[in-house]
This record gives sequence, structure tokens and C-alpha cells, in this order.
Amino acid sequence: MMEYNNMELMICLASRYLEDDSIVVVGTGAPCAAAMLAQKIYSPRLMIMFEAGGIGPLLPSMPISVGDSRTFYRALGASSMPDIMETCQRGLVDYTFLGGAQIDCYGNINSTMIGDNHQAPKVRFPGSGGANDLGSLCWKTMMITPQDKRRFTEKIDFITTPGYLTGPGAREEAGLPPGSGPYKVITNLCVIGFDDQIKKMKVESIHPGRTREEIIENTGFELLWVDELEESEPPRKEELDILRNEVDPYRYIIGRE
Amino acid sequence: MRYYNDLMKERRVTYKPAGKGKIFTDPDADRARLYFRDQKPRKMTEKVTTVQNAVSEMINDGDYVGVGGFGANRIPTAVLHEIVRRKKKNLGLAGHTATHDFQILVAGGCINRCDIAYIVGLEARGLSKMARRAVESGSIELTEWTNAAVTWRYKAAAMGLSFLPVRCMLGTDTAKYSGAVEMECPFTGAKYLAVPALYPDVGIIHVHRCDVYGNSQIDGILIADQDLARAAKRLIITTERLIPNEVIRREPAKTVIPYYLVDAVVEVPFGSYPGNMPYEYFSDEDHLRDWMKAENDPHTLKDFLERHIYGVKDFNGYLDAIGGIARLQELRNLETLVEK
Repeated sequence: MMEYNNMELMICLASRYLEDDSIVVVGTGAPCAAAMLAQKIYSPRLMIMFEAGGIGPLLPSMPISVGDSRTFYRALGASSMPDIMETCQRGLVDYTFLGGAQIDCYGNINSTMIGDNHQAPKVRFPGSGGANDLGSLCWKTMMITPQDKRRFTEKIDFITTPGYLTGPGAREEAGLPPGSGPYKVITNLCVIGFDDQIKKMKVESIHPGRTREEIIENTGFELLWVDELEESEPPRKEELDILRNEVDPYRYIIGRE
Repeated sequence: MRYYNDLMKERRVTYKPAGKGKIFTDPDADRARLYFRDQKPRKMTEKVTTVQNAVSEMINDGDYVGVGGFGANRIPTAVLHEIVRRKKKNLGLAGHTATHDFQILVAGGCINRCDIAYIVGLEARGLSKMARRAVESGSIELTEWTNAAVTWRYKAAAMGLSFLPVRCMLGTDTAKYSGAVEMECPFTGAKYLAVPALYPDVGIIHVHRCDVYGNSQIDGILIADQDLARAAKRLIITTERLIPNEVIRREPAKTVIPYYLVDAVVEVPFGSYPGNMPYEYFSDEDHLRDWMKAENDPHTLKDFLERHIYGVKDFNGYLDAIGGIARLQELRNLETLVEK
């Protein structure tokens, strides 16, 4: 039995969802680590893009900014933000990863503010950045996030990035590209998907050593559960070796736990 | 303060605002054309000047500013510091991928309105407490957008238009606090948001090299600078090095910003410090961390700003204060040898 921490677990699980010969736009941190890991094990031809213009770099180490020089180190292209965003809008980007301060049962994400006064918020966060664009325009949106009641909440203070908005058909009604939307939420407790019909979060697998009660306790809304609930497959030795030795040797991300 | 929302109401056009955000700049393409016709230099003249002169002559209190690069990558730090030293007031800012640039301008109390895509954070480095306090205090007027929306607002201006239809922001609070307008595609009936063209009063961009006329080359990603350069009414270029015009003519395909977009040229070696300059030097993470740490207390922040901005004569003085050539050489090694 391998020892691993929550961050390592989440990164390994996320990496398995990135299919070979697909395109993913990532930011810094855990998503970037997941994409690098996927590329080294499962999907050698995974195309990694960064919103500031980096196309297919051979990442020498973790970028600290989605626009720093590592994001186009020995890359296939060094392009621009409009080019990457337009590539998303054209429907060429399969996956993206997002984070946030709050998320609701439809996968709507808040990374803008806490409070109700927009001009003088109680707590101000950076805002959309590219998150809204990526969550609107990429086909499948994933999240890697710790799970607790404060974060997984019934009503979020501000919808920065669209999930399924108010439910089935709402994205299309708003004008967002049909067929796009939240795909998986990977937390420290479980892997969550979205119900095909009602578009609400549905737990797909529980991590080893975690319980249904623990997940319910850490969620501010009612979760759906798949009929045949599985245990998440823990990190494999190969995944951990490469993650620790090649992807994040200085433990910038996996040491953050 | 003049908002262009009111101007829109006066027109007899039916439109449905998606949000209540203020539009800080005039999106009118015809007025922009007149400005470009009458004010932009057609003549290929030398434009080399100093940071001091560029800032005092081209940036006025109340102007709306667009900053090139990406927060702490290829940013025109020397000009940003000079804006702070000269205590410019009531500037508007395109908070497009803004990180350390936002931090500098907010520390100087220079901004009173901001189009937000990304502010107060420094990406993986964390959040700026000082910038956050300033925004939470309500002292800066805020309109929400996204990175793509601001990029496309620049692009609309660069195209000489007054708006572009986009498919982001739809259905969200980001749109509700933006200045976007709902629209229907006249060909397909698809729902889009229209975002107004963004013509900043001043654009400030740091490049790898340019000639004395302003013909500029950038190595690596452009972020949104090809469009910002075209959208800006006035454009200040700072450059790592000045090069002969002959070098430009040898590889014309590398000219990202031609001279007729440029109003001032300043040679500023290490001009993106403490930001990253691709292929030249990496960001100074220690210094950025020191800055964020100094923000824990107003007194330490005051001392920090005094030591690095107010108390030094110019950008070279700043570079001396952070360790001079020895430190810069370390950062250059970090960039070109690639951190092991």
C-alpha cells in the first residue's frame, strides 16, 4: 500500500481523465501537474495549452504564471491570448480545469467575491481571469478542489463561471455552446460527475478510507449518488514515482497539502 | 466621470444591457478614426525619449491605461514606477491579466476605475493584501469582464469597430456586472454578448527590441499586445534594447508593432524586472515575495515603496536597490539555463 497525500491523490485521479490526442487548456498548480502527469504516462500526445499563448510546451518545471516563459519552453507555438481563446470558441479544446472559492450543485463557480455589495465586497478574489471563458467555451470542464461545506454551498455569492446554471437546458438558453459544461469534480473525498438528466452533482466514487457520511457532512447541498458506487482507485506506484520525481520534484504543488 | 452607458441611452437604438457595469471608455469607431487620422504619426521620425518625459508628456491624470504583457511577465515596470513617482491620479485601468502591474499602480493610489478580468492576485504566488484592501474599501469603480472579453475588446478596437460579439460571460453574474449587451446573430439567431471596443488613452508595452522609430519585435507569446498596440490612442514602447533599423528590415515578419502605432520609445534594459522577460531573465520571486510580505503592515509597505520607488531617482536606481547586475545576472541564468 503506497502512502500518498490528498493533493497527490487528486492529481493522479485527474490525470486519468485526459485522453490522448485531445487538447487541454490548464492554469498553474494542480491542473498543470495533472496534465504533465497524463502526458508522461497515459496520453503522450496530449496537447497542453496556456491561455496567454503557450502551445504544446515541453514543460521543464512548474510554471508560476500561465504567461511565464516555461509555458512555451520548447513549444510547438508561442501564440497569443486571442488565438487561444478563439480556439476554445471554435470548439477545438476538449478539457479545461478550474478552481474557485465556492461551487454549487450545478457546477457554477465563484472566484469573484464574497458578500452582496459588488462595489465594496466583503472579500474580493481575483475575478474570472480566463475561467469564465474556458468554462463557457471548452467542451468539458473539470475541477480539482478540497471539499467542505463552505466551498460546496447551496447558493454561491457570485456566478463567475457558468456550470449548468439553473439546470437542464439553461446553458443553451443563455446562448452558451450546446454540449459543453462541467464534467468532473475531483475532491479530497470523492470523484463527482453530473447527472445526465438534471445536471446536478452525482458522486461516482469514494476515495479509500472515506465514507458517504463524511462526504455529506462536507457538502452544503444534496448530492446524487450513482447506483453502483465504487471506491476510487488510489494512485499507482508509477503515477506517484513520476509525479514526485519528474513532474513536481520540488513539491511546489504536492507539498501544499 | 463620464460613462458611455449614458451616451448609449441617448441613441435611438433598442438594446438590452446584460449588465449594469459602467463603460469607462468611448467605443465609438468614427471618433477613433478621427483621432487616428489627426493624431497618429505617419512620419517615420525618431521617438526616443526618457521614461520621465514619456510619462509627463503622454500620461495625464484621469487617462485610461492599458498595460502590455501578462501581470508579471514582460511588463513595462519602469513606466509604472514613474507613474507612481509622479503621483498620477484617477487613472482607469484595463485589469486584463493584471497582477504585479495592478499591485504597483494601486500602491501608488493611481487608479480610480478598473475593467476587471483578473485583479488583486498574483497567480500561484497568492493575493496582494494591499490591493485587496483597496478594492474592498470601495475606492475603485469596478466593471467585470473576462480575459477573453477584454482581449476581444482590444481586438474590436484594433479592427476599427465599436464592438464584437462573443460567447463567453453568458448566463453569469460576470455578465450582470459587465457593460456587455445581449444581441442576436442576424444570420443564425444565436445569442451572443456584444462587448464594446476598448480604445485606451495610453498603451504601455515592453518589447525585446525596437528601432528608434518604434518598429518592435517581441520574442515568445504576445498575450494581447498586438491588439493593444493597435487599439491605444497613444503608445509608449519600452525596449530591452534599441536596434538599428537595418535589423528590422532584415526580418520584417518579426515586426509585431510597426512604427506608425508608436508615440514614444524608451530603452530600458531589464525593463520587465521583477517580472519575467522571456529568453532574457526570469521573474524575481524573492522580491515579489518581499513586496507581498511588506503589505502585512502599512509602515513596512511605506518603507518598502520608499526604498524601491519614491526614494530612487529612476528605474536604474531601483535595479541598484535590488542588488544590481549581480542579482540580474542570477535571474538571467535562471531563465536561459532553465531551473534544474
